[in-house]
Amino acid sequence: MSIDYAAQILAGSHRAAARLISWLEDEDERAYGLMAGLYPHTGSAYVVGITGSPGAGKSTLTDKLARVIRKNGLKVGIIAVDPSSPFTGGALLGDRVRMNELTQDPDIFIRSMATRGFLGGMAKSTAEVVKVLDALGKDVIIIETVGVGQDEVDIIGIADTTCVVLVPGLGDAIQSMKAGIMEIADVFAVNKADKQGADQLCGEICARLEIDSHIKERDWTAPVNRTIAVEDIGIEELWLSIESHRKYLFDSGRFYTNRRERTSRETLRMIHAELFRVIREQLEKNGRLDAAVEELMNKKRDPYTLMREIVNEWLSISRHKETS
Amino acid sequence: MARKIKMIMAKPGLDGHDRGAKLLARIFAEAGMEVVYTGLRQTPEMIVSAAEQEDADVVGLSSLSGVHNYFFPRVVELMKEKGLDDVLLVGGGGGIIPEEDYDSLKKSGMAAIFGPGTPTTEIVSFIENNVRKR
Repeated sequence: MSIDYAAQILAGSHRAAARLISWLEDEDERAYGLMAGLYPHTGSAYVVGITGSPGAGKSTLTDKLARVIRKNGLKVGIIAVDPSSPFTGGALLGDRVRMNELTQDPDIFIRSMATRGFLGGMAKSTAEVVKVLDALGKDVIIIETVGVGQDEVDIIGIADTTCVVLVPGLGDAIQSMKAGIMEIADVFAVNKADKQGADQLCGEICARLEIDSHIKERDWTAPVNRTIAVEDIGIEELWLSIESHRKYLFDSGRFYTNRRERTSRETLRMIHAELFRVIREQLEKNGRLDAAVEELMNKKRDPYTLMREIVNEWLSISRHKETS
Repeated sequence: MARKIKMIMAKPGLDGHDRGAKLLARIFAEAGMEVVYTGLRQTPEMIVSAAEQEDADVVGLSSLSGVHNYFFPRVVELMKEKGLDDVLLVGGGGGIIPEEDYDSLKKSGMAAIFGPGTPTTEIVSFIENNVRKR
């Protein structure tokens, strides 16, 4: 294999990027060498997360927001995540339906991803795909999460600005007081703002934010934007809100500390995943897992001791290697 | 992580009969594939861009307005231009695509045309047996 995918991606090849993303999704070994080469070229793209319940209008909002960003002369990458079936593993990825016209713009790259059983509102490799689009030269990367409920908040670990999309008619004021998704917004979009209940919803969000400010002092209060995405209303203002959050992050130094935290978390996550993969592979290959499960089922052994035993074995291997 | 077959399901041209395309998208998803549904009124350029960005293994085209003899070969041509020539192209259009067109469509580069009454299991296994290695 002689195709230099990394060089092609850095030169802006959509096709090379698309292939690398597939390898990342499949956890194909070929991806990691390429990622190592691309890593020095990442970090300059700004990452915006769009999250909210199913049907809130995330895809349409993403489509319109991408147009506004393009008008500002910036290149856009879009990662649109939809759920995989827990039964068949298949997925129907429908976010492109709302983004059809963007397909024609060579400075926009859209990739649909299935969650493949990963929880938290994204696919397992979403953070890696962000890096690929970053290296591809996109200035702003929008991640549209799956339709989420209350607690799928992993997006804040990847996005610089998280935009929570809410629509009227989904709950009373108590919903807006709860923990979880209401807490993670850097920017709110009240979409379908022409529908009944929009004023009330905006009021409830503002009330929550007001209470928040009494409980804990903050230097950023999430702006509440009204949008009607299908009619392209309020989108410029939404982008301005995102821009001002970005400015706040830079001015306050939070941008750097957030990114630093992210790098630390991602590194730990990668080590965790790789260690787990190696140990699992070995336990499955030599039949030890099966044998152990049998013993556990018969209550001849307990999983707590077994876990320590296995972990200690692996630890002693590494110590042995270090001293030899 | 086992790899999944990634498919684009698209309707080129102007007809609005998307029931079949939607049903098939569901059937392919049920068969374990990851199916990107693009919706109606796609130009060949839009379909090919989507196939490129999604790194699609298969592109399924559905047309029920009698324009298949233009649109299907045009998609094939653009796919070749972009170097996406290992992507499996399949098409259908209920009873609208006459059987006498099948041969010329296949000659143009369509791997298969599925007519009305084709068992969906047959389409799924055709895709599974003919899809590229990545």
